Amino acid sequence: MTDTTPDLTTKETSPDAPLNPKGRQRRTLLKGAAATLATGTITGAPMIWAQNIKDVTLRQFGTGVSNLNDVAKQVKEDLGFTLEMTALDSDSVAQRAATQPKSFDIADIEYWICKKVWPAGNLQPMDTTRIKEYDRIVGIFKDGKLNPDSTIAQGTAPHSVGFVDGPDGTNFVDEESGWMTLIPTIYNADTLGIRPDLIGRPIDSWAELLNPEFKGKASILDISSIGIMDAAMVAEATGTVQYGDKGNMTKEEIDKTIAMLIEAKKAGQFRAFWKSFDESVNLMASGEVVIQSMWSPAITAVKAKGVPCVYQPLKEGYRSWGGGIGLSKNLSGLELDAAYEYINWYLSGWVGGYLMRQGYYSAVPATSKEFMSADEWGYWFEGKAAAGDIVSPTGQSIAGAGDIRDGGSFEDRMGSVACWNAVMDENQYMVRKWNEFIAA
Amino acid sequence: MSDRSASTAGHGGVTPVVVGRTFDHVLGWLLATPFVAILAVFLLLPIALIVVVSFWSTSAYSYEPAFIADNYAYLLTSSVTLSVYMKTVFFTVVTWITTLLIGFTVAWFLAFHIKSTGWQIGLFLLCTIPFWTSNIIRMISWIPFLGRNGIANSTLLDFGLVDAPLEWLLFSDFAVILAFVHLYTLFMIVPIFNTMMRIDPTLIEAARDAGASGLQILRHVVVPLSLPGIMIGTIFVVTLVMGDFITVRFMSGGQSASVGRTIANEIGLLQYPAASANAVILLVTVLLIVGALLRFVDIRKEL
Repeated sequence: MTDTTPDLTTKETSPDAPLNPKGRQRRTLLKGAAATLATGTITGAPMIWAQNIKDVTLRQFGTGVSNLNDVAKQVKEDLGFTLEMTALDSDSVAQRAATQPKSFDIADIEYWICKKVWPAGNLQPMDTTRIKEYDRIVGIFKDGKLNPDSTIAQGTAPHSVGFVDGPDGTNFVDEESGWMTLIPTIYNADTLGIRPDLIGRPIDSWAELLNPEFKGKASILDISSIGIMDAAMVAEATGTVQYGDKGNMTKEEIDKTIAMLIEAKKAGQFRAFWKSFDESVNLMASGEVVIQSMWSPAITAVKAKGVPCVYQPLKEGYRSWGGGIGLSKNLSGLELDAAYEYINWYLSGWVGGYLMRQGYYSAVPATSKEFMSADEWGYWFEGKAAAGDIVSPTGQSIAGAGDIRDGGSFEDRMGSVACWNAVMDENQYMVRKWNEFIAA
Repeated sequence: MSDRSASTAGHGGVTPVVVGRTFDHVLGWLLATPFVAILAVFLLLPIALIVVVSFWSTSAYSYEPAFIADNYAYLLTSSVTLSVYMKTVFFTVVTWITTLLIGFTVAWFLAFHIKSTGWQIGLFLLCTIPFWTSNIIRMISWIPFLGRNGIANSTLLDFGLVDAPLEWLLFSDFAVILAFVHLYTLFMIVPIFNTMMRIDPTLIEAARDAGASGLQILRHVVVPLSLPGIMIGTIFVVTLVMGDFITVRFMSGGQSASVGRTIANEIGLLQYPAASANAVILLVTVLLIVGALLRFVDIRKEL
């Protein structure tokens, strides 16, 4: 932990930068050697799989966000084995992880899905001693704290479902037990998107979503599990509802939240509801909507059309989400070794750099840094003004010289998370109430 | 249906010899078999499965075989169901009236005012041109047109007809119905045109000779003789609109619910039993409507 902190806070000035990667590389190598030794003692013969690992095929499924073909291509190149990717929507992902254990080797799921599906017993925890970069994984996923003095947000915080009590454990534990459920892959902090040119004044609170000033020009996403959280952020900001835990509402809290939404809908507050990424982009780009729930890459897509759009940081904080990869219970022997190899590769920086250049965060930012230019790192992670053009992995120009990322640095954004995506005990009740809102 | 086609084939046998008739009888059954098999596997079996699943029980991420009426109990007592059905029926009725008026007028024009068959076919094909692209594309293309900064609003503003953009043009019931009418009017035109073409022109001449006015001819000759076409068109439009989910979602901006959307949502949330129960109720409703429509006109006789 102590040796992660300098890398995370990254207060280093540029003259240090060229020196640092070397130091880090050596450290990585040493750790790698240690981990390989550990691997050797566990599996017996680490040299055997080096030859026939090429025959291994790992089947991964997950949401489209991180199931990228570029990743599979790079795995083939770097590790030699085949990774088959299946992208599904989050509902199907949850169902598959819970009910079809034979259909996958690696599950790329969100933490709140993990809370639901882990008890089904289809996943096996990972031995953290086999994970080379374990020590440098961001604190959010280990003890729940970004910094030692951070407070833990509401909802399904990743660390609370991140560890189990043993190799066959089915109970989540609070401490770092050495048996990890998911290796974090990607996470981010979500907030409202706005059209600064059409609003023309500063926006600083979730309450603005229901401000009558934006009557007929607001939108919220119609995916109940996430929409209800955005609504809760608004209800809390306006003082309509006080929640015990926004991530696990009581029936009464759900009723009040939905009543607030129905009232706003009847008053004509909403222009539309969106369900897919491109719908949210079109609503914003066309000016039909000036303030709405939005996801980070959608903001990028609106900007790419030359339309001003801001991912507005709000004083109440962010609604955050995170995903990770888990191993199927069916994995053993060579496949299991390959899976650990894949996980170690995943954390070694290439994927992290790729994802961070899309605006997400990676589990081990220190390794991702080695795959980003100093300017990209400064813009995406440190919240510094871009020195030149910032280009996405797919070649789109996202920001020009002088631009600063909305919300600022990693610390600023992930440090002010108010709530994590969650699954509630009253989920079914909430879904029915949500449908009443849509039908109202 | 299979019975009927089989017996028709059987009676169709002209040879009085018993062997021949038995052969015809068997042949009829054989001819009907592939159709029956296809219907059984691809229509009856899925519907039976939906009915079965509608009685299953659910939890958040799983569903187990059971025989419980919970799904129906919730559906039939929830205020959401009533409001969703009201909305769906509203869309259906307005769309039906509009497509009927437009469809009948277009068919009337094509059948009676265009004298040359070539022109008739040409203009008829013109009606089908929008169908060369996908349903979704035709629908979505309305969105930029009707939007706040769309062509419709900017034109109205330019001509000084309105002071501010008309908000109700898009993401409203108006937009939903507009898209429905655009998508489904052809389903009215085709069957009505078809029946009108088979009206003997001498009947209209006779009516005129007998002193009937244009309106009287329309009311007493053309409409009654076009009824089968109107009914077929009506069945098309009603079933299409009742079962729709994507048009309502896109054109209302997700703000209106229809029965189809509710089912789609439930499927998205893996609530298959609830979705099945909903689908069964919708199926029963639509069958009742079609049954009622068929009481007005015996389509079989007219065909």
